[in-house]
Amino acid sequence: MTRAALLVLADGRFPAGGHAHSGGAEPAVRAGRVTDSTSLETFCRGRLHTAGLVAAGLAAAAAAGHDPLALDEAADARTPVPALRSTARKLGRQMMRAARASWPSAALDALAAARPRGAHQPVVLGLAARSAGLTPLDAAYAVAYENISGPATAVVRLLSLDPFDATAVLARLATDVDRVAAAATRAADRIPAEGYDALPAASAPLLDITAEAHAAWPVRLFAS
Amino acid sequence: MHLDHQDGFPERHTYSAAAPVRGDGTRRALRIGLGGPVGTGKTATVAALCRVLREEFSIAVVTNDIYTREDAEFLRREAVLPTERIVAVETGACPHTAIRDDISANLEAVEDLEESVGPLDLVLVESGGDNLTATFSKGLVDAQIFVIDTAGGDDIPRKGGPGVTTADLLVVNKTDLAPYVGVDLDGMARDAKAQRGELPVAFTALKQPDGVKPVADWVRAQLTHWTTATA
Repeated sequence: MTRAALLVLADGRFPAGGHAHSGGAEPAVRAGRVTDSTSLETFCRGRLHTAGLVAAGLAAAAAAGHDPLALDEAADARTPVPALRSTARKLGRQMMRAARASWPSAALDALAAARPRGAHQPVVLGLAARSAGLTPLDAAYAVAYENISGPATAVVRLLSLDPFDATAVLARLATDVDRVAAAATRAADRIPAEGYDALPAASAPLLDITAEAHAAWPVRLFAS
Repeated sequence: MHLDHQDGFPERHTYSAAAPVRGDGTRRALRIGLGGPVGTGKTATVAALCRVLREEFSIAVVTNDIYTREDAEFLRREAVLPTERIVAVETGACPHTAIRDDISANLEAVEDLEESVGPLDLVLVESGGDNLTATFSKGLVDAQIFVIDTAGGDDIPRKGGPGVTTADLLVVNKTDLAPYVGVDLDGMARDAKAQRGELPVAFTALKQPDGVKPVADWVRAQLTHWTTATA
């Protein structure tokens, strides 16, 4: 394996569609909950330890070689609102296209054939990491980091926030990313003994509610 | 039928998007991108092309709006095509990213259209209004049209930029406004020639009857070339 593949996978320019999504930041900005770098940090920390932890667990499990279709069901069970399920599958399909071009593998082909409209994005990302020869912890890191870098980038556009401040937020959250990636990987390690219920099932109800409302806005900058 | 990758890429220089033949062996639609600054007439050109060409060819449209679904809704309201043939892609405030740097959402929109309403002869991919450097990825479209207008000033062709210099067709729209905005059309043509060499330029006035004809003729020629080259 080469660890450098992780840099390619986690690069914000990896062409897998993330640029069109705010990770719930757009409705949070509109509601006045995110107004500056301090509130952005609070938002990102909350998202990382809930939605981020769940996604990182799924990715770590997929990278460990667990059944991607079972993980796709586990992802559905942990994603109660239709808007976010649809977003996760859309992004999963886009991730699949980029992953098959970057690290072609029979496992990616099989998942693409089984879920032509897209599997949940973290599952696809985890399988992409596996195809790239990366570890479950690597996959968890990529997902955890993307979970906060997406909203931070979006808020730079939404609020014209100073990009240096937004990047500093990500740097301050680095130890949180460490903890979430490690916890997600430990949970995936328990699957052989405890089954898929060992995966984290944290939730952020406000992110769910605002995602559903945001999907119905007639005018918006981001797709989610 | 010949598959272009079997005999040394004879078509790759011309058709650089994904393979011209789909998995089932049928020819996919020709994809033409339309880009250019805000308000120059991209959506109007798409609407006019659909009206002129829809009897001859099976057409679908993908729009890339910046923050609304207005372009797609305009096209649906004008009923230039059945509504299921028009799809909007959301671009996260950056249409040039979605047409050039990360084309995944657009590729999926095109493929979904081929699946749901195909077989298609032509897919028009319209960018949201952007700047003079916005060009389409060759992984997304086979050819691109860059639309500017006289009201934007006659110095745009001279300034050049990737859109003006490299597009397969440069359209200068709103020639009917030239006298009112003090624009010298001959000068624009000379500047465009200097920037583009042999690449074609079409002068249009879409508000006039059959104003889109020069563009429609160019699209027809592209389609003829596409069907013969990939037959």
